Amino acid sequence: MIQQLVMYEEELQQINRICEILHRDSNAKAVLVIDKNGQEIAQAGDTQQLDVTSLSSLTAGNVAATGGIAQLLAEREFAGQFHEGEKTNVHISIVGQRVILVVLFDERSSLGLVRLRVRKAAAELTVVLEVMVKKSTLGIGQPSVFSEITDDDIDNLFND
Amino acid sequence: MSFINYSSREINCKIVYYGPGLCGKTTNLQYIYNKTNPEAKGKMISLATETERTLFFDFLPLSLGEIRGFKTRFHLYTVPGQVFYDASRKLILKGVDGVVYVGDSQMERMEANIESLDNLRQNLQEQGYDLDKLPYVVQYNKRDLPNAIQMSELEEQLNPTKVPSFEAVAPKGIGVFDTLKAVAKLVLTELRKGG
Repeated sequence: MIQQLVMYEEELQQINRICEILHRDSNAKAVLVIDKNGQEIAQAGDTQQLDVTSLSSLTAGNVAATGGIAQLLAEREFAGQFHEGEKTNVHISIVGQRVILVVLFDERSSLGLVRLRVRKAAAELTVVLEVMVKKSTLGIGQPSVFSEITDDDIDNLFND
Repeated sequence: MSFINYSSREINCKIVYYGPGLCGKTTNLQYIYNKTNPEAKGKMISLATETERTLFFDFLPLSLGEIRGFKTRFHLYTVPGQVFYDASRKLILKGVDGVVYVGDSQMERMEANIESLDNLRQNLQEQGYDLDKLPYVVQYNKRDLPNAIQMSELEEQLNPTKVPSFEAVAPKGIGVFDTLKAVAKLVLTELRKGG
Protein backbone atom coordinates (compact mmCIF):
# COMPACT_ATOMS: atom_id res chain seq x y z
CA MET A 1 0.00 0.00 0.00
CA ILE A 2 1.17 3.49 -0.76
CA GLN A 3 2.32 5.66 2.14
CA GLN A 4 -0.28 7.95 3.59
CA LEU A 5 0.58 11.63 3.59
CA VAL A 6 0.34 13.35 6.94
CA MET A 7 0.84 17.08 7.32
CA TYR A 8 1.91 18.58 10.63
CA GLU A 9 1.90 22.20 11.72
CA GLU A 10 5.66 22.69 11.52
CA GLU A 11 6.03 21.49 7.93
CA LEU A 12 2.92 23.33 6.77
CA GLN A 13 4.32 26.57 8.15
CA GLN A 14 7.55 25.97 6.26
CA ILE A 15 5.68 25.19 3.04
CA ASN A 16 3.51 28.29 3.48
CA ARG A 17 6.62 30.41 3.97
CA ILE A 18 8.24 28.99 0.83
CA CYS A 19 5.04 29.75 -1.12
CA GLU A 20 4.90 33.31 0.16
CA ILE A 21 8.52 33.99 -0.73
CA LEU A 22 8.04 32.46 -4.17
CA HIS A 23 4.90 34.54 -4.67
CA ARG A 24 6.75 37.73 -3.75
CA ASP A 25 10.02 37.06 -5.55
CA SER A 26 8.45 35.91 -8.80
CA ASN A 27 5.83 38.70 -8.93
CA ALA A 28 3.23 35.98 -9.30
CA LYS A 29 -0.53 36.31 -8.90
CA ALA A 30 -0.79 33.14 -6.87
CA VAL A 31 1.16 30.07 -5.84
CA LEU A 32 -0.34 26.68 -5.00
CA VAL A 33 1.15 23.49 -3.65
CA ILE A 34 -0.96 20.43 -4.48
CA ASP A 35 -0.47 16.80 -3.68
CA LYS A 36 -0.27 14.51 -6.71
CA ASN A 37 -3.75 13.16 -5.98
CA GLY A 38 -5.27 16.61 -6.33
CA GLN A 39 -5.53 17.74 -2.70
CA GLU A 40 -4.51 21.31 -2.00
CA ILE A 41 -1.70 21.64 0.55
CA ALA A 42 -0.81 25.32 0.62
CA GLN A 43 -1.50 28.56 -1.20
CA ALA A 44 -0.18 32.09 -1.33
CA GLY A 45 -1.15 35.30 -3.11
CA ASP A 46 -4.44 36.28 -4.66
CA THR A 47 -6.39 33.03 -4.36
CA GLN A 48 -9.74 34.39 -3.19
CA GLN A 49 -11.13 34.58 -6.70
CA LEU A 50 -9.88 31.10 -7.53
CA ASP A 51 -11.73 27.81 -7.20
CA VAL A 52 -8.68 26.19 -5.60
CA THR A 53 -10.31 22.79 -5.10
CA SER A 54 -11.22 22.43 -8.77
CA LEU A 55 -7.88 23.87 -9.88
CA SER A 56 -6.06 21.34 -7.71
CA SER A 57 -7.98 18.37 -9.04
CA LEU A 58 -7.65 19.41 -12.68
CA THR A 59 -3.95 20.22 -12.34
CA ALA A 60 -3.30 16.84 -10.74
CA GLY A 61 -5.26 15.19 -13.57
CA ASN A 62 -3.22 17.13 -16.08
CA VAL A 63 0.06 16.15 -14.43
CA ALA A 64 -1.06 12.52 -14.23
CA ALA A 65 -1.98 12.51 -17.92
CA THR A 66 1.32 14.11 -18.86
CA GLY A 67 3.11 11.55 -16.70
CA GLY A 68 1.26 8.82 -18.60
CA ILE A 69 2.47 10.28 -21.89
CA ALA A 70 6.02 10.39 -20.51
CA GLN A 71 5.88 6.69 -19.65
CA LEU A 72 4.68 5.83 -23.14
CA LEU A 73 7.68 7.71 -24.50
CA ALA A 74 10.03 5.98 -22.05
CA GLU A 75 10.66 9.24 -20.20
CA ARG A 76 10.67 9.17 -16.38
CA GLU A 77 8.48 12.23 -16.16
CA PHE A 78 8.10 15.67 -17.71
CA ALA A 79 9.18 17.82 -14.81
CA GLY A 80 7.41 20.97 -15.93
CA GLN A 81 4.55 22.41 -17.96
CA PHE A 82 3.72 25.91 -19.08
CA HIS A 83 0.33 27.16 -20.27
CA GLU A 84 0.20 30.57 -21.86
CA GLY A 85 -3.05 32.51 -21.64
CA GLU A 86 -4.06 35.98 -22.78
CA LYS A 87 -4.00 37.33 -19.24
CA THR A 88 -2.86 34.55 -16.99
CA ASN A 89 -0.07 32.05 -17.49
CA VAL A 90 0.40 28.86 -15.53
CA HIS A 91 3.71 27.24 -14.64
CA ILE A 92 3.41 23.71 -13.27
CA SER A 93 6.27 21.65 -11.87
CA ILE A 94 6.60 18.40 -9.96
CA VAL A 95 8.63 18.65 -6.76
CA GLY A 96 10.24 15.71 -5.01
CA GLN A 97 8.11 13.36 -7.16
CA ARG A 98 5.33 13.97 -4.65
CA VAL A 99 3.77 17.39 -4.92
CA ILE A 100 2.91 19.84 -7.66
CA LEU A 101 3.97 23.46 -7.50
CA VAL A 102 1.70 25.79 -9.48
CA VAL A 103 2.52 29.43 -10.20
CA LEU A 104 -0.10 31.69 -11.79
CA PHE A 105 1.36 34.89 -13.22
CA ASP A 106 0.53 37.72 -15.61
CA GLU A 107 2.43 40.44 -17.52
CA ARG A 108 3.98 41.76 -14.31
CA SER A 109 6.27 38.75 -14.35
CA SER A 110 7.92 36.57 -16.98
CA LEU A 111 8.46 32.89 -17.61
CA GLY A 112 12.21 33.30 -17.10
CA LEU A 113 11.80 34.89 -13.68
CA VAL A 114 9.20 32.33 -12.61
CA ARG A 115 11.41 29.44 -13.69
CA LEU A 116 14.37 30.88 -11.80
CA ARG A 117 12.41 31.38 -8.57
CA VAL A 118 10.62 28.03 -8.87
CA ARG A 119 13.96 26.25 -9.04
CA LYS A 120 15.01 27.72 -5.68
CA ALA A 121 11.62 27.11 -4.06
CA ALA A 122 11.53 23.53 -5.37
CA ALA A 123 14.88 22.76 -3.76
CA GLU A 124 13.63 24.06 -0.41
CA LEU A 125 10.32 22.25 -0.72
CA THR A 126 12.09 18.98 -1.43
CA VAL A 127 13.87 19.19 1.92
CA VAL A 128 10.62 19.83 3.80
CA LEU A 129 8.88 16.99 1.95
CA GLU A 130 11.61 14.56 2.87
CA VAL A 131 11.14 15.37 6.55
CA MET A 132 7.37 15.02 6.14
CA VAL A 133 7.64 11.60 4.54
CA LYS A 134 10.05 10.47 7.23
CA LYS A 135 7.68 11.61 9.97
CA SER A 136 4.72 9.92 8.26
CA THR A 137 6.65 6.68 7.93
CA LEU A 138 7.75 6.65 11.53
CA GLY A 139 4.38 7.89 12.76
CA ILE A 140 5.97 10.58 14.88
CA GLY A 141 5.05 14.21 15.24
CA GLN A 142 1.69 13.97 16.92
CA PRO A 143 -0.32 11.10 18.35
CA SER A 144 -2.99 9.87 15.94
CA VAL A 145 -6.54 10.76 16.91
CA PHE A 146 -7.99 8.23 14.52
CA SER A 147 -7.42 5.18 16.62
CA GLU A 148 -9.93 6.69 19.04
CA ILE A 149 -12.68 7.11 16.46
CA THR A 150 -15.73 5.07 17.42
CA ASP A 151 -18.46 3.55 15.26
CA ASP A 152 -20.79 6.19 16.70
CA ASP A 153 -18.49 8.98 15.50
CA ILE A 154 -18.67 7.57 12.00
CA ASP A 155 -22.43 6.98 12.16
CA ASN A 156 -23.00 10.52 13.41
CA LEU A 157 -21.47 11.89 10.21
CA PHE A 158 -24.32 10.39 8.26
CA ASN A 159 -27.24 11.44 10.39
CA ASP A 160 -29.41 13.50 8.09
CA MET B 1 -3.93 7.61 -0.04
CA SER B 2 -5.86 9.76 2.40
CA PHE B 3 -4.29 13.05 3.27
CA ILE B 4 -4.45 14.06 6.92
CA ASN B 5 -3.73 17.66 7.67
CA TYR B 6 -3.17 18.16 11.39
CA SER B 7 -2.55 21.82 10.83
CA SER B 8 -5.92 22.67 9.28
CA ARG B 9 -7.53 19.64 10.96
CA GLU B 10 -8.79 18.05 7.78
CA ILE B 11 -9.00 14.52 6.45
CA ASN B 12 -9.13 14.23 2.67
CA CYS B 13 -10.11 10.95 1.04
CA LYS B 14 -10.51 9.88 -2.57
CA ILE B 15 -13.34 7.64 -3.71
CA VAL B 16 -13.48 6.31 -7.27
CA TYR B 17 -16.62 5.12 -9.06
CA TYR B 18 -15.68 2.38 -11.50
CA GLY B 19 -17.76 0.38 -13.97
CA PRO B 20 -18.53 -0.28 -17.63
CA GLY B 21 -19.52 2.45 -20.08
CA LEU B 22 -23.00 3.92 -19.57
CA CYS B 23 -23.58 2.12 -16.27
CA GLY B 24 -24.41 5.38 -14.48
CA LYS B 25 -21.24 6.48 -12.68
CA THR B 26 -21.63 10.11 -13.74
CA THR B 27 -25.36 9.96 -12.94
CA ASN B 28 -24.48 8.91 -9.36
CA LEU B 29 -22.28 11.98 -8.95
CA GLN B 30 -24.83 14.26 -10.58
CA TYR B 31 -27.53 13.08 -8.20
CA ILE B 32 -25.25 13.58 -5.19
CA TYR B 33 -24.34 17.03 -6.47
CA ASN B 34 -27.99 18.04 -6.98
CA LYS B 35 -29.09 16.82 -3.57
CA THR B 36 -26.26 18.21 -1.46
CA ASN B 37 -26.39 21.54 0.37
CA PRO B 38 -24.35 24.22 -1.42
CA GLU B 39 -22.07 24.73 1.60
CA ALA B 40 -21.14 21.03 1.66
CA LYS B 41 -20.05 20.73 -1.95
CA GLY B 42 -17.69 22.29 -4.42
CA LYS B 43 -18.12 22.58 -8.15
CA MET B 44 -18.71 19.37 -10.09
CA ILE B 45 -16.30 19.03 -12.95
CA SER B 46 -16.98 16.75 -15.90
CA LEU B 47 -14.30 16.26 -18.51
CA ALA B 48 -16.60 14.81 -21.15
CA THR B 49 -16.84 14.48 -24.91
CA GLU B 50 -19.34 16.48 -26.96
CA THR B 51 -21.75 13.57 -26.62
CA GLU B 52 -21.44 13.72 -22.84
CA ARG B 53 -19.43 10.54 -22.49
CA THR B 54 -16.78 10.86 -19.77
CA LEU B 55 -13.44 11.53 -21.43
CA PHE B 56 -11.12 11.70 -18.44
CA PHE B 57 -13.02 11.99 -15.16
CA ASP B 58 -15.84 13.63 -13.24
CA PHE B 59 -14.90 15.23 -9.96
CA LEU B 60 -17.05 16.26 -7.02
CA PRO B 61 -15.62 17.51 -3.70
CA LEU B 62 -17.91 16.88 -0.72
CA SER B 63 -17.69 17.81 2.97
CA LEU B 64 -19.34 15.33 5.28
CA GLY B 65 -18.96 17.19 8.56
CA GLU B 66 -16.58 16.82 11.48
CA ILE B 67 -15.27 13.79 13.25
CA ARG B 68 -13.31 14.37 16.47
CA GLY B 69 -12.67 17.95 15.41
CA PHE B 70 -11.43 16.99 11.96
CA LYS B 71 -13.29 18.13 8.85
CA THR B 72 -13.88 15.16 6.56
CA ARG B 73 -13.65 15.87 2.87
CA PHE B 74 -14.34 13.30 0.22
CA HIS B 75 -13.23 13.75 -3.35
CA LEU B 76 -15.45 11.67 -5.61
CA TYR B 77 -14.13 10.69 -9.02
CA THR B 78 -15.56 8.64 -11.85
CA VAL B 79 -13.48 6.91 -14.49
CA PRO B 80 -14.32 6.84 -18.19
CA GLY B 81 -16.07 3.52 -18.70
CA GLN B 82 -15.36 2.92 -22.36
CA VAL B 83 -12.86 0.14 -22.90
CA PHE B 84 -10.32 2.16 -24.88
CA TYR B 85 -9.81 4.74 -22.11
CA ASP B 86 -7.87 2.27 -20.00
CA ALA B 87 -4.78 4.48 -19.66
CA SER B 88 -6.94 7.23 -18.12
CA ARG B 89 -8.63 4.80 -15.73
CA LYS B 90 -5.25 3.73 -14.36
CA LEU B 91 -4.30 7.33 -13.63
CA ILE B 92 -7.50 8.04 -11.75
CA LEU B 93 -7.02 5.03 -9.47
CA LYS B 94 -3.77 6.49 -8.17
CA GLY B 95 -4.10 7.37 -4.51
CA VAL B 96 -7.57 5.85 -4.17
CA ASP B 97 -8.98 5.27 -0.67
CA GLY B 98 -12.25 3.60 -1.57
CA VAL B 99 -13.89 2.08 -4.64
CA VAL B 100 -17.52 1.89 -5.75
CA TYR B 101 -18.09 -0.58 -8.54
CA VAL B 102 -21.24 0.34 -10.46
CA GLY B 103 -22.68 -2.59 -12.37
CA ASP B 104 -25.35 -2.36 -15.07
CA SER B 105 -28.28 -4.69 -14.25
CA GLN B 106 -29.26 -5.25 -17.88
CA MET B 107 -28.80 -8.75 -19.24
CA GLU B 108 -26.95 -7.57 -22.35
CA ARG B 109 -24.38 -5.65 -20.26
CA MET B 110 -23.31 -8.65 -18.21
CA GLU B 111 -20.21 -9.28 -20.28
CA ALA B 112 -19.21 -5.61 -20.07
CA ASN B 113 -19.74 -5.74 -16.29
CA ILE B 114 -17.43 -8.70 -15.87
CA GLU B 115 -14.81 -7.22 -18.17
CA SER B 116 -14.87 -3.94 -16.24
CA LEU B 117 -14.58 -5.71 -12.88
CA ASP B 118 -11.58 -7.72 -14.10
CA ASN B 119 -10.10 -4.50 -15.42
CA LEU B 120 -10.60 -2.81 -12.02
CA ARG B 121 -8.80 -5.62 -10.20
CA GLN B 122 -5.98 -5.64 -12.74
CA ASN B 123 -5.49 -1.87 -12.77
CA LEU B 124 -5.47 -1.71 -8.98
CA GLN B 125 -2.86 -4.43 -8.89
CA GLU B 126 -0.66 -2.43 -11.24
CA GLN B 127 -0.82 0.46 -8.76
CA GLY B 128 0.08 -1.80 -5.86
CA TYR B 129 -3.44 -2.21 -4.45
CA ASP B 130 -5.47 -5.31 -3.70
CA LEU B 131 -9.21 -4.88 -4.25
CA ASP B 132 -9.90 -7.34 -1.43
CA LYS B 133 -8.05 -5.11 1.03
CA LEU B 134 -9.51 -1.78 -0.07
CA PRO B 135 -12.74 -0.22 1.20
CA TYR B 136 -15.01 -1.44 -1.57
CA VAL B 137 -18.76 -1.60 -2.25
CA VAL B 138 -20.86 -2.69 -5.22
CA GLN B 139 -23.89 -0.95 -6.68
CA TYR B 140 -26.30 -2.62 -9.12
CA ASN B 141 -27.74 0.21 -11.12
CA LYS B 142 -30.75 0.36 -13.48
CA ARG B 143 -32.85 -1.96 -11.32
CA ASP B 144 -36.00 -0.40 -12.81
CA LEU B 145 -35.36 -1.62 -16.35
CA PRO B 146 -37.48 -4.53 -17.64
CA ASN B 147 -34.43 -6.49 -18.78
CA ALA B 148 -32.70 -6.30 -15.39
CA ILE B 149 -31.19 -9.60 -14.27
CA GLN B 150 -32.14 -11.11 -10.92
CA MET B 151 -30.12 -9.88 -7.96
CA SER B 152 -28.95 -13.36 -7.01
CA GLU B 153 -27.28 -13.79 -10.39
CA LEU B 154 -25.65 -10.34 -10.26
CA GLU B 155 -24.32 -11.09 -6.80
CA GLU B 156 -22.91 -14.39 -7.92
CA GLN B 157 -21.18 -12.95 -10.97
CA LEU B 158 -20.08 -9.53 -9.73
CA ASN B 159 -19.70 -9.84 -5.98
CA PRO B 160 -17.95 -13.12 -5.21
CA THR B 161 -16.27 -11.64 -2.11
CA LYS B 162 -19.64 -10.51 -0.71
CA VAL B 163 -18.82 -6.89 0.00
CA PRO B 164 -21.73 -4.54 0.84
CA SER B 165 -23.94 -4.17 -2.23
CA PHE B 166 -26.84 -1.91 -3.11
CA GLU B 167 -29.66 -1.86 -5.65
CA ALA B 168 -29.95 1.48 -7.40
CA VAL B 169 -31.85 3.59 -9.87
CA ALA B 170 -29.35 6.44 -10.10
CA PRO B 171 -31.42 9.09 -11.97
CA LYS B 172 -34.09 8.80 -9.25
CA GLY B 173 -31.51 8.66 -6.49
CA ILE B 174 -32.53 5.20 -5.28
CA GLY B 175 -29.52 3.61 -3.61
CA VAL B 176 -27.16 6.48 -4.46
CA PHE B 177 -26.58 7.88 -0.98
CA ASP B 178 -26.70 4.41 0.61
CA THR B 179 -23.79 3.44 -1.62
CA LEU B 180 -21.83 6.59 -0.84
CA LYS B 181 -22.40 6.29 2.90
CA ALA B 182 -21.31 2.66 2.90
CA VAL B 183 -18.03 3.32 1.13
CA ALA B 184 -17.33 6.46 3.18
CA LYS B 185 -17.84 4.49 6.39
CA LEU B 186 -15.47 1.79 5.20
CA VAL B 187 -12.85 4.40 4.32
CA LEU B 188 -13.06 6.02 7.76
CA THR B 189 -12.98 2.62 9.44
CA GLU B 190 -9.84 1.79 7.47
CA LEU B 191 -8.33 5.10 8.57
CA ARG B 192 -8.99 4.16 12.18
CA LYS B 193 -7.19 0.84 11.70
CA GLY B 194 -4.16 2.63 10.33
CA GLY B 195 -4.31 5.33 13.00
